[in-house]
Order: sequence, then structure tokens, then C-alpha cells
Amino acid sequence: MASNTAAANGLSRFLSDLGHSFRIFLRNLTRNKVGFVGTLMILGFIFLAFIMPYFVPAPHKADITKIYERPSREHLLGTDSQGKDIWAQIVHGGRDIVVMAFLTGMIATFIGVSLGSLSAVIGGPLDSFLTTLADVWLTIPRFPLLAVLAGLITLNNIITLALILAVLSWAGLYRAIRAQVFSIKERDYIEAATALGLGLRHIIFSEILPNMMAYIAINFTLAMTAAIYAQVGLVFLGLVPLTRNWGVMINLAWTQGAIFFRDSIYFIMAPVVAIALFQLSIVWMSRSLEEIFNPRLRAGR
Amino acid sequence: MSVATASQGKAKVSPGRIARTIASNYLVRRLGKALFTVWFVTTLIFFLVRLMPSNPIEVYINELIVQYSLTYPEARDQAASLFAIDLDAPLWKQYVDYMGNLVQGNMGTSLRSPGTPVTAIIARFLPWTIFSVGVGLLISFSIGMTLGMLSAYRRDSAWEPVVSAIGSFLSSVPDYIIGILLLVYLGVRWEIVPIHAMRGSSTPGIQPGFTLKFIKDIFFHAALPIATYVLATFGGWLLTMKSNTISTLGEDYVTVARARGLTEGRITSAYVGRNASLPLIAQLAISIGFVVGGSILIEFIFVYQGIGFQLREAINTRDYPVMQGIFLVITMAVILSNLLADYAYGWLDPRVRIAGGE
Repeated sequence: MASNTAAANGLSRFLSDLGHSFRIFLRNLTRNKVGFVGTLMILGFIFLAFIMPYFVPAPHKADITKIYERPSREHLLGTDSQGKDIWAQIVHGGRDIVVMAFLTGMIATFIGVSLGSLSAVIGGPLDSFLTTLADVWLTIPRFPLLAVLAGLITLNNIITLALILAVLSWAGLYRAIRAQVFSIKERDYIEAATALGLGLRHIIFSEILPNMMAYIAINFTLAMTAAIYAQVGLVFLGLVPLTRNWGVMINLAWTQGAIFFRDSIYFIMAPVVAIALFQLSIVWMSRSLEEIFNPRLRAGR
Repeated sequence: MSVATASQGKAKVSPGRIARTIASNYLVRRLGKALFTVWFVTTLIFFLVRLMPSNPIEVYINELIVQYSLTYPEARDQAASLFAIDLDAPLWKQYVDYMGNLVQGNMGTSLRSPGTPVTAIIARFLPWTIFSVGVGLLISFSIGMTLGMLSAYRRDSAWEPVVSAIGSFLSSVPDYIIGILLLVYLGVRWEIVPIHAMRGSSTPGIQPGFTLKFIKDIFFHAALPIATYVLATFGGWLLTMKSNTISTLGEDYVTVARARGLTEGRITSAYVGRNASLPLIAQLAISIGFVVGGSILIEFIFVYQGIGFQLREAINTRDYPVMQGIFLVITMAVILSNLLADYAYGWLDPRVRIAGGE
């Protein structure tokens, strides 16, 4: 009986704690107006790419009698050069890009964080080797290298593409993380942890990482935007064969000369606007992330 | 410690010490890093082309056999001569030959237009990219610096948030999206610019030279790529310059300069401007690499006959020697501009030279 009430008390306290931190989270999220709008837009894009396809039928059948139609109730954004619905193509073409961007961001952040903290904590020859390699790596123009790679291997699935993009962008992240770990490493509480003999893993994951969340979040979004830039760019150039995404739509509109027809403006503008807005919302969201993960920024006001 | 070695050095200058001094010199170290990067990239490309699962040379040999019904040895000989590689030699020998050829400026011959050396293709198209990217970056750098400084000084004005918002918007949107928008709206919808006449890098048949007509012509053809580079990059300069200027304005030496009664013009140029623009020099070098890389997309959009356009053609037609050559040249251009920026940085900021620039 007594233990029961104790458990109930614990649960309710836990729930109220949760509610409290959720309220704090929401307050921080809405503190930066631009960041909040960006976060809402990201949620909107996730909804568009993952939920909407269940409601909008896939644009399979071509209809030659309906080429380049203006927007109507039947075709929200009109039709393309084959009479396919453009809105349906937008709905079904987002998933690839969203998944790939998140995947690249995750892998790139993982590589950057682990190499960066290892390098800064261990130091010595490993550190100087990695720093030199990063310096060299940063001078190699990434997009041309990617384009050349696309000519040598077939990059037709998003996981391979995400892996390659992440590996190509390791150096910038590594540098940022390493510098950050270096500055945190010198602080007193790390010295205390070392003196207590808490072990390398504990120091990295429990002492250093939580203090760098703002940096990691920003770099995560940077990796995401770079990934979208590269993927859509490659697809637009016609170098990477992927089915059904916004980059493919631009490429199709381009190769079929859609930009030169007056009525085809929706065909080219729909994917262009989608990509531009998605990029913009990621950049805007990063401001909110900064706000959430960096308490010092909040205290300063 | 350093005092001790300095007095020893004064007493006796040994060859080892001179070598060490040269090796630790800022400029020499930067040069060494640049050379190392060139070596790294050329090696990377060699092994990428030779060791890929779908070896381009084998692919080309098969293509020759199918297309011209050559025997395998014939096709192999032809492929070897076009790639400037001895296919029978062991891999390390091929690598040494390849590096030797590169040092002598031999990058092989194009597969798609046989007989044309890769270097000739590069020499023909590279100047246009350097011209358009260079002019674009210069313009965007000047606009961004000026607007950024003005925004920092006039933080309370009504237009400052508008300018910053436009800058941050343009720097978040990919450059090729801006290019497509320019083409669709300026060229097709509103018909403000004659995009059909603007294709290519110059009007066919025009006489190159230092004539007003030729200069006007090349600017006419490069106008849209340049406009795209400017729009896509000036926002970044603006935002960085603004935040740098704001933090420099809070420095003690600016307050002291004011207290000493220096003129506002002198404070702006010699105290604030110089210190706030320093980090931008390093960023300029990085952005050259990025913009040259993006030129593949921009030149494709505007059918501008530069090196990026050719790279895309080469990749699409699987013209491996051209691909490899153009990629190497783009990388070397980036390395060179980084080196120049390092030197400029060391010259502008003496602290970098002494501390080693890390």
C-alpha cells in the first residue's frame, strides 16, 4: 500500500518534471522567432514527405491530352510535359531528399565528433596526423570530386550517397569539434574528472559532449544543407540516376525545355521552391537549436 | 628557452640551424603543405581511376572492341596510348610514369575527340572560368564588405534588418537555384535579357584582343554567371563582416583611439576595417574553391563554355582522361588561391607569421 503510493508519487513527480522540461523546451524553441518558424517548416516538410504520400496517389500514368495544364482543383500545381500531376510528384519526391539529408548529417556528425574528440583528448602524433589530413582535405573542391566519383561508380542508392557525402565532409566538422574539445578540455571540471580517474569514455561522453551540443547541432545542420546541395546538384546535372525526387524533377523540366514554355512555370518552379524552402528551414531551425543547447546564450539576455 | 637558443644561434650559425629556420618559416611551411596537397590529390585520382570496380580503362577497351570490332590487343594498345599509361607495367611503375607525365604537363588525350590533348582542352576553357568566377567574387566581396560595415555602423537604421535578411536568405539558398531563377524570370518570363544570344563564352567569330568590342562581348556573355556568383556569395561576406565589425568596435584599442581624438575616418579604416576584414581573407580562399566547384552547375545552366561545363560533358560521356585532368586543374587552382591567401594573411597580420598561423 505504502510502496504503491510512493510509486504513484514518483510517477506523478516524474510526469510533472517531464511537463516542466517540455515547457522549458517549448519556451526556448519559441524564443527565437525565426528559429521557431524554421522548426515548424521542417515539421511541415517531414509531414509532406512521409505522411502525405498515403493521401496523394503516386503520379504514374502519363496523359498526353493534359500537357502543361494550369493549376486547377484536380491538379493543384498543374501538370508536367507528360500530363502528370506536379503536386503528386512534389509529395512523392521529398522522402529521398529528407532521408538522405538526415542520414548524411548523422554519419558526418558521428565521424566528426569521434575523430575530433579523440584527436583533442589523445593528442600527440594522431592529432597532428589528423589535423594535417583535414587541412589537405579541406582544399579539395568537394563538388567536383563528387561529380568525378559519380562518373566512376554508380551512386544510385541513397545510403551509398549519404555515406560518401558524409566521408567527404568530415574535415570541416572535425576541425570545429577538435577546437571546441580543446577549449573545454582545459576547464577545471575536466581536470577534476581526470583526477577522479573517471576514464576516457566517461570524460568524452558525459563531461565534454553535453557541453558541445550547440556546436554539434549547428554542424549537423551544416552537413545536412551541404548534402542537399550536393545531391540535388548531381541529380540536376544528370550524373546520378535516382527516381522521383525534386532534383530529378528539375532535371526533367530542364532537359525537356520546360523553362522556355510560358505554361510550364509550375513544372520547374515547384521543385525549385521546395528545395529552396527546405534549405532555408534547416538554416533557420539551427538558430533555435543554438538557443536550446547553449544556455549561456540565454543567460546573456 | 627561446632566449637561450637565440644567443647560441648568434654565436655560431650551423647549416642544420639554417635548415631548421627555413623549415619553420611561415611561407615555406605553407608552400610545403600546398605541394603535399597537390601530390595527395593526384595520387588519389590515379588510384581511383585504376582501382575502381568498373575500371574505366577496361570499360573503354570493351567499348572499342564492340564499336570498331578491334581485337583485344589492338584495343588495349589504343586505350593505353590515349590514357598515356603502360598497361603491362606493374602498378607502381604505372604510378611513377603517370606522375612523370604530369610533371611534364602530359595528361593524356581525350577519348571522345581523339587526337586532342587534355591540356589543350584545359587551356582553351579554363580562362573563361577564371574570368567569370574571379570577377564575380571580386564584386561580391566588395559589395559584401561595404554593406556589412555599413550595417554594423548603422545598426539602428530601418534598412539594416532588411539588408541582413536578404543577405541571410541568399546565402542559405543553393547557387544553382539562384541561377535557375535568374534564367527563368529575367530570361524567359520577363524577357529582360536575351539569353539565347548570351550563351557561350563569346560571340563566334569575334576577334580576341584588348579592344572595347571584345571586352564588352565577354562581359555580355559572362553577365548571368557573374550575377549568380555575386548573388549567391555576397550575403555570406555581409553577415561575417557585420559581426566582425561589431565585435571589433567593442575592442579596447578602438575606445583608446577615440579617446586619443583620432578622426572617425582613420578609426574606421586603420583600426576597425583592417582588423574586421582579416578573417575574411582566409574565407575568400575557401570560397574560391566552393565557387569554382559550383561553376559546374552554373555554367551548365547558362551554357557558359568554361571548365565546369567541360567537366560535366566529360563525366557524362565517360571521357576519363579529360575528367581527371580538369579535376586536377580545378584542385590546383584552389590550392594556389589558398596559398596566396595564406601569404596575404601573413602579410596583413604579422602575428600569424610569428605564431605559426594555427
